[in-house]
Amino acid sequence: MSEVRFHGRGGQGVVTTSKILANAFARTGQFGASFPMFGFERRGAPVTAFGRFSDKPIREKTQIYNPDIIVVLDPSQKNSPAVFQGLLPGGMMLLNDADNKVGVSHENLRKLGIINANKIAVEEIGLSIPNTVVVGAFARMSGLLDIEPCCEALEDYFSGKKLAANIVCARRGFEEVELFDL
Amino acid sequence: MITKVQKKSQIKVITGNAAAAIAAKLARPDVVAAYPITPQTEVIEQISQFHANGEMDCELITVEGENSAMNAVMAASLAGGRVFTATSSWGLVFMYDAILAAAGARAPIVMVNVNRETPGIIAVSSGQQDMISTRDAGWIFLIAEDCQEVLDLVLQAYRLAEDYDIQVPVMVHYDGFYLSYLSEGVDVPIQEDVDRFLSVLKTQPERTKLVPGGRLGCGSHGILGGYLELRHKHVSAMERAKAKFQQIDKEYEEIFGRSYGGLVEEYRMDDADVVLVGSGSMCGTIKSVIDEKREEGVKAGLLKMRMYRPFPSEAMIKALKGKKAIGVVDRSLCFGFKGGPIYTELKAFETKLGGSKMISFIDGIANTDITKINVATMIDTTCDLAAGKNVREVTWVSYPEAQEEGGL
Repeated sequence: MSEVRFHGRGGQGVVTTSKILANAFARTGQFGASFPMFGFERRGAPVTAFGRFSDKPIREKTQIYNPDIIVVLDPSQKNSPAVFQGLLPGGMMLLNDADNKVGVSHENLRKLGIINANKIAVEEIGLSIPNTVVVGAFARMSGLLDIEPCCEALEDYFSGKKLAANIVCARRGFEEVELFDL
Repeated sequence: MITKVQKKSQIKVITGNAAAAIAAKLARPDVVAAYPITPQTEVIEQISQFHANGEMDCELITVEGENSAMNAVMAASLAGGRVFTATSSWGLVFMYDAILAAAGARAPIVMVNVNRETPGIIAVSSGQQDMISTRDAGWIFLIAEDCQEVLDLVLQAYRLAEDYDIQVPVMVHYDGFYLSYLSEGVDVPIQEDVDRFLSVLKTQPERTKLVPGGRLGCGSHGILGGYLELRHKHVSAMERAKAKFQQIDKEYEEIFGRSYGGLVEEYRMDDADVVLVGSGSMCGTIKSVIDEKREEGVKAGLLKMRMYRPFPSEAMIKALKGKKAIGVVDRSLCFGFKGGPIYTELKAFETKLGGSKMISFIDGIANTDITKINVATMIDTTCDLAAGKNVREVTWVSYPEAQEEGGL
């Protein structure tokens, strides 16, 4: 089972990122569970969400304290100690950032993916909501998922032109994410 | 060319709230009346959407408060309708008089209560205190562990509430936040299967109903002997609900392929020496920790309560008899008692457990996370009790200060 923690801000679609990934895992016959950190969600305020993804049914209903993977949608939090808290050895990090130089470090971090998701989102959907780009980038970096189930999962959240544009976002995330071994 | 499509159930990744709303839709209620409250709001949003889309052919009454919601569904139920409502916490206690009236009138209402802490201390957080505040109202209480069980229990609740031999309102409880906002895969049944499962009710005699203009009063008014008769009938119906629910669980499995064991679910209980008794979302975490403890050679098991009212004492005694030690995990308090409510109630049957020792764990109050570490601590403490060590009767797992403050 992979335990993933998502960090971002209200309005970036942080919780939805985690939901879409859970949905995509379910489409491959695997299991996904997604839930927000409990509290009030407000536009602009820091938001944390959790995801558990596994090839076996997921029974735990607790928050995640020791993630295998951290996903940071808000680059201003990339060096925050809260982001790295509890990261397990061999950990991965996916970062949405305009700066593609490796500017983060942690003793347990072994793999880093950087994607300029805001830029892609603005180009494809006209809004700086990075979540669907991040979904595609996550699939590529983690190696846990193919891009196709991610695109299929988007059908549960978008329709029409928005769906088509967000599928492009996910595909570009998958293709354009830069990976670094640390 | 028209190709015949084989319709089947579908796995959808949805929240516990969405699972409740979809189950309500599949049950085809005549009347839904509800008022939004965190963490239940999404249930009502979804139902409103189904109603607006034309997917739900019901009367949707958007009332001005929970008290009206309960009165509206009670009236519709007494008029013979199938009804649904949902609430939580402050909403539940705001309809308290109507909850008692609905039970006394034996209105077969199905209500979802998304568990949250109750008034007293303002807290938008999970806990079963709201459930405990209504436990003696005369309703049947069922508790779900995950999003799938939320859907399954709402459907089972209709069979139980509306059964001619029962006619008691049913409240389906699930943990706010932990399940209300958890998205996971849920096997959503097709309408035909749900219709078939519920069609048994159509073969039963029609219940007495209120007809506008008719010379019949509905509801119950009793003095002296009449009161006693009505109360005794109600208590008897609650007792009958135990065997009925067991039967419904079996029939559910025949159609949908899922069974949970009825009143209680036993997990690795056969050869267990120490047992945790739990309910709701904590049970998934407990199962996971039990598997890890078993690897270490600890013979631990879980007894999960799916039904809380009526108290499934016979099923619990059968499962627990002869176990060395039992730890009861409560997500609520029982003011005036040191231990939690389920612990205190199970204690009444201690002499029938063949010498099993019992202790109380209080955890998960106000969103404190019942972590795997906490569960491991509870199992270890229960093992200490089994080994004859001196263990305190009540442990507030996430609040060690309680042990120092004295009194417990």
